Amino acid sequence: MTAVAASLNDADTDVTSSAAADRIAVRHRSVGRPLLYGALALCALLTLLPFYWVVSGSLRGLDEIRADPGAWVPQHVTLDNFVRLFRTEGFGRFLTNSVLVALMVVIGNIVAASAAGYALAKLEFAGKRLAFGAVMAAMMVPFTTVFVTQFVITVDMGLADTLTGIALPGVALPLSVFIMRQYAQSVPDELLEAARIDGAGEFRIFFRIFLPLAGPAVATITIMSFLNSWNNFIWPLIVAQSTSSYTLPVGLAATSQAAQHVTDYGLVLAGALVVMLPVLVLFLFLQRYFVQGIAGSGMR
Amino acid sequence: MTSTLVPVARRRARNSRRTAVAWLFLAPFAVVFLLYTAIPTVAALGFSLTDLRGSDLRHPLAVDFTGLDNYLRLFQDPTFLRDILNTAVFVAVGVPLTMAIGFALALALNSGIRRMRGVFRTVFFAPVVTNVVAVALIWQYAFNAGGTVNKALGHVGLAGPNWLDDPHLAMPVVILLGVWRNFGTAMVLFLAGLQAVPEDVYEAAALDGAGRWRQLRHITLPLLLPTTLMVSVLLTVFYLQVFDEPYLLTDGGPLGSTESVSLYTYHQFGSGQLGMSSAASFVMLLLVLLVSVVQFRLLRPRT
Repeated sequence: MTAVAASLNDADTDVTSSAAADRIAVRHRSVGRPLLYGALALCALLTLLPFYWVVSGSLRGLDEIRADPGAWVPQHVTLDNFVRLFRTEGFGRFLTNSVLVALMVVIGNIVAASAAGYALAKLEFAGKRLAFGAVMAAMMVPFTTVFVTQFVITVDMGLADTLTGIALPGVALPLSVFIMRQYAQSVPDELLEAARIDGAGEFRIFFRIFLPLAGPAVATITIMSFLNSWNNFIWPLIVAQSTSSYTLPVGLAATSQAAQHVTDYGLVLAGALVVMLPVLVLFLFLQRYFVQGIAGSGMR
Repeated sequence: MTSTLVPVARRRARNSRRTAVAWLFLAPFAVVFLLYTAIPTVAALGFSLTDLRGSDLRHPLAVDFTGLDNYLRLFQDPTFLRDILNTAVFVAVGVPLTMAIGFALALALNSGIRRMRGVFRTVFFAPVVTNVVAVALIWQYAFNAGGTVNKALGHVGLAGPNWLDDPHLAMPVVILLGVWRNFGTAMVLFLAGLQAVPEDVYEAAALDGAGRWRQLRHITLPLLLPTTLMVSVLLTVFYLQVFDEPYLLTDGGPLGSTESVSLYTYHQFGSGQLGMSSAASFVMLLLVLLVSVVQFRLLRPRT
């Protein structure tokens, strides 16, 4: 796991692996390097097509799209769609709701997963295997299996159609616990044992010694739980019954259903761009944590 | 006698205190787990054995125990059987395609190139973090009758169909969205696996005169077996539960040609058939468990 995690860190900045890359480069120099770059560039262009479509489409005016919906290049670039989007009834509300839900989810995950991950890695106690089994089981159980009862429970707690009801199932993701447990295992026992001998209590050790060391894991958990919450669609769709508790994806899906009847693709694409942009910008700057977090779900 | 008993009692007290403290640490996760995973899983099994309907939630006494009736009805329901087939197609086409693209890209990025490597990796991983509702809308814009895809086809003289309204073409478009969203995950996992292969193994093989193809077949692929297993289980389990893509693109249509098992569960839930919905969802749980076990058995390294 540590080897895998280490290799996921940007290998370009890693001295040993760039030395390895040099060796490979020497070995493979005979191979058609331009061909390889050509193929990679083609794949990259194909991958980026949807991003190009959303940007170019959202910059086209209503009349232009109606006249020729499939054109690849805007004739007149306009921000009209974005202006109309932000004037759309409820759009600001959806945005606020998404932010509030994400905030609850992120804070919940940092608290719940740090504590649980630490306990699973560093404390000896009765039921530890059971508790870890629960984390792994929770990662396996399909959403399809649990959403009916989750909904019934949410209704029973009086949380239907509330932001808390939307956030609650996501505030302690098993993946977050798993990431924190893996990280905590790399913290040397001696460090904690020394504090224990000095008479520090378990909570003090956790807050004063472990948490300050856990920055990278907390960062990964923050990113992962934000991503999860921001992009979550089915659960908010089920829980939110009135537009006042719609999150951005649910609001976007509803808006687009209405807008497509009048083939207002410009507005729809502007909405799509606004929804995907925050995560993509975060991804550009904090790539390593995204990659680690998502790959982490496969590393057991 | 007493001198040995006291420490034992004290140790026992210390152990139970330690356990209590540890469970305090676990409490927030444990509560959410119980409420939103453990209880719902057991309840799904329970509901699936009853004729529970949406209207019964206010009158629990009206609910009857019906045994395995829901399951029998499920497997006699042509819609459910069709949806199992649809899901199987999504998995059988989507998983190998996603893995092949991910593996090829990982190989290319790991072949010693330095320039632009980070850029390519960023580009290939970007779809993974992109909001699915947003992408589905882009897909609809691109694949509708007068959309960008058909416009491009028109330039080479082909008249493109209305992809998502065609019972034969909707599924490929839905699968394409799934593959686009997930090949980056496969690539990153394969890349990690490739980087863990020690370099001197290749050097030794090259000294023995093994060409690049033989190195790939006899060194890379066997050493990558654990990674391949992990990626295939991960993707299969994920694709089995496919919901977002068909829901957003077609809502299961046209003519149910893209309705998955998860979507069936959701539609049953939507029409108030909670017992049937739970039964279908429990079949899903069993399928996921079965696939995991079978794939681990099949792909377990032979020692």
